Amino acid sequence: MQKKYKIATKNTLNNIKSTLPVLFGVILLISWVISIIPSSLYSKFFTGNGFIDSFFGAIVGSIAAGNPVNSYVIGVELFKQNVSLIAVTAFIVSWVTVGVVQFPAESLLLGKRFALIRNVISFFSAIVIAILTIIILQFL
Amino acid sequence: MIKKIIVKIGGNWVFLISILFLYLLTLIFNKDLFIKSILYTKDVLIEVTPVLIIVFSLTFLANIWLTNKKANKLLTKKIGPLQYITAVILGILSSGPIYMWYPLLSELKEKGLKNSLIAIFLYNRAVKIPLMAMIVYYFGLPFLLVTTFLMIIFSLINGYFVAKFTNN
Repeated sequence: MQKKYKIATKNTLNNIKSTLPVLFGVILLISWVISIIPSSLYSKFFTGNGFIDSFFGAIVGSIAAGNPVNSYVIGVELFKQNVSLIAVTAFIVSWVTVGVVQFPAESLLLGKRFALIRNVISFFSAIVIAILTIIILQFL
Repeated sequence: MIKKIIVKIGGNWVFLISILFLYLLTLIFNKDLFIKSILYTKDVLIEVTPVLIIVFSLTFLANIWLTNKKANKLLTKKIGPLQYITAVILGILSSGPIYMWYPLLSELKEKGLKNSLIAIFLYNRAVKIPLMAMIVYYFGLPFLLVTTFLMIIFSLINGYFVAKFTNN
């Protein structure tokens, strides 16, 4: 029994030792990206064309990082500035599901192939979800 | 040469050192940005520390409870609807930044947890129960219901394709 706890403690400490540098690095990187990109810059990416904007929305959302609350706050601001709902939806969904800034951490801890495939699929999913949301909402 | 250094000190530390170097350059060329970033880092660290303690506690419990033999039996068996539903619910209920969950998922993956379930868990973190009132206020109830429904469905699609393309 004591051996079981000893092994568990050793494995957990090894896990902490290997993941803390990555987590701390990601937090530093996210803080840096958030500080360098003002939220007012986001609206400049949109063209007014719903389909193209959903693509740009997903790109901006994928690069942006931080608390998901911010994605909704910025999304509302974009919506107020006449950015289409389709683009705002793609932006919000990709903010949480795609992580360009977190990619190094995901890649190091869960595998490069896994991280790449998951993020690419999530990116395109965000665009499809945005398009489907608008289509479904028109029928409601 | 670079590859040798990475192997010697580990990709994890190389990543952190690269970011610290970025901060050093920022300090030299833009002190205001450096201070802003450090202050933001401090806020994030205060916010994530409780989640991190929970995640490492869960990792410890997983290491006690999931012996290699048990993990092999539990995590490598054929996945059914119950496992998918569990991954969806746990993803929705989990809190804190997504990257805080990587250590636990990494540990479970080593014990045999399937990539599809990890992908489903991570995708469902997009469904945020604490933010639902805010979403209804700004975008309306139909928007919340439609996006939540679609995100859950797409998490399963995501899991399927991740499993297919990672051969896991």
